[in-house]
Amino acid sequence: MIYYDKVSKIYPDKSVALDNVSFGVEPKEFVTIVGHSGAGKTTLMKLLIAEDYPTAGSVFLESTNVHSLNKKQMSKLRRRIGTVFQDYRLIPNKTIYENIAFAMEASGHTDHEISADVPHVLELVDLAHKIWNFPHELSGGERQRVAIARAIVTQPDIIIADEPTGNLDPTNTFEIVRILKKINEMGTTVLLTTHNKGVVDAVGGRVITMENGKVIRDDKSGKYIL
Amino acid sequence: MIFTTFKRITRTGFVNFWRNGFLSFAAIVVITLSLSAFGGLVFASAFGRSLLTDVKNKVDINVYFTLTAPEADILSLKKEIEALPEVADVEYVSADQALSAFKDKWQNNALIMQGLTEVGGNPFPAALNIKAKDPGQYGNIANFLTSKNTEDQDGTPIIDKVNYEENKIIIDRLSAIIPTVEQVGATIALILILVAIIIVWNTIRLIIYTARDEISVMKLVGASNIYVRGPFVVSGIMYGVVSAILTLVLMAGFAYWSDSIVLRLAGVDVAANFSLIVNVLSAYFVHNFPQIFILIMGSGILLGGVSSYVAARKYLRV
Repeated sequence: MIYYDKVSKIYPDKSVALDNVSFGVEPKEFVTIVGHSGAGKTTLMKLLIAEDYPTAGSVFLESTNVHSLNKKQMSKLRRRIGTVFQDYRLIPNKTIYENIAFAMEASGHTDHEISADVPHVLELVDLAHKIWNFPHELSGGERQRVAIARAIVTQPDIIIADEPTGNLDPTNTFEIVRILKKINEMGTTVLLTTHNKGVVDAVGGRVITMENGKVIRDDKSGKYIL
Repeated sequence: MIFTTFKRITRTGFVNFWRNGFLSFAAIVVITLSLSAFGGLVFASAFGRSLLTDVKNKVDINVYFTLTAPEADILSLKKEIEALPEVADVEYVSADQALSAFKDKWQNNALIMQGLTEVGGNPFPAALNIKAKDPGQYGNIANFLTSKNTEDQDGTPIIDKVNYEENKIIIDRLSAIIPTVEQVGATIALILILVAIIIVWNTIRLIIYTARDEISVMKLVGASNIYVRGPFVVSGIMYGVVSAILTLVLMAGFAYWSDSIVLRLAGVDVAANFSLIVNVLSAYFVHNFPQIFILIMGSGILLGGVSSYVAARKYLRV
């Protein structure tokens, strides 16, 4: 479904984020990508949603090279991928409801669908009572759950979650992992990056280990080994 | 779908306008100041034009005839002058009309009326008041009058006096000053408008700069450009509309205030003789309101809308 083909990324300051990385992800897989900070995990995610461009190599979603698309096709592709950002990236002057509704509006859902689905997805992440709050009124864990709700509400084919538990306490961390596993069981492909051993063990799926921009291990049902 | 998109963009634009209260306020202040500069220029040019027309109208050549000049000769001369291409208008004031005008003006002054009776008969000559199309052309008209041999059947000259020489200095100066004043005015207006546009543009750019992260998130969630940019343009247009309304209110206030000030300074009686000053601005404002409304409202909408549209472009490249 997703295929990284000999991808390298060198930033303008000459730091090498990815060095000739190749791997594929099957539909409905739950892939955890682990590695130290700076190992290239976030860059991998950014390349998939074309937030950044590779220096060499290509990234494919099914048979489409994601970096060959025009603006309109790019927007369509992004609607197939739900992204949970490390720093949440909620829109500060929109309420929780509007933040989630916006993703649905952008992907062309009707008003009826929006008013039905948004409360439902907030219930799923246990935040129905904060629906009219603004992001700055929420705790870190709550914001992260809103970010997940936003990513899954459009029922995308793929969820990519970049260190979604990075700023959270253990209770919240496992809550997030539980939600992601549930989404995966419903048939969504999930790509998760983390450097938290507990998270890897809790997920228990395929683990790709990265170091200095290279894939050094790819275990079908791995453990966190570094 | 297009309707839904339009509805959502408009609603988001309105909501952002309210929620970003302080930024909206700042934008409105800046755009109102710029539009007020436009309005000020409109008023200045209206006042200037009215003043110029009035002065131009006050400048004319008066031809005074001898008391014995036959009316038929005067009327035939009037016809000849009217035929000149430079002449805009010729007015004949007969001796009787001159007398009655004088009487009307001084009817309450017993001393003057008594003097008039003592003089006896009609001491006022008939006259032709000639207006040229352009102040620069009075020289030609005066030359025509002096070169033409104007005598009656007995060979007595019928023209007593042409007061061109008295008016010559003011006429010459006016012809020289008017084009310069117009050019300088237009240049100042252009510079002012340019400065206003640059300031508004920068303010809007700053507002959108503060939302750059928001824009990139929207793009990464898969929103199309129109979905991201639309609300900013709607907010921008709202800044323009609100500013335009404020500016029109300010202009109306200024127009009426300035009239009352001029009246008070000049004294109502004096001002009544100078019809040019009284009610110039308020009359102009009321009379040309549709044009002024379109100019101010249009400029406001263009300033706010176009600035937002262009400023958002930079952050859409995600």
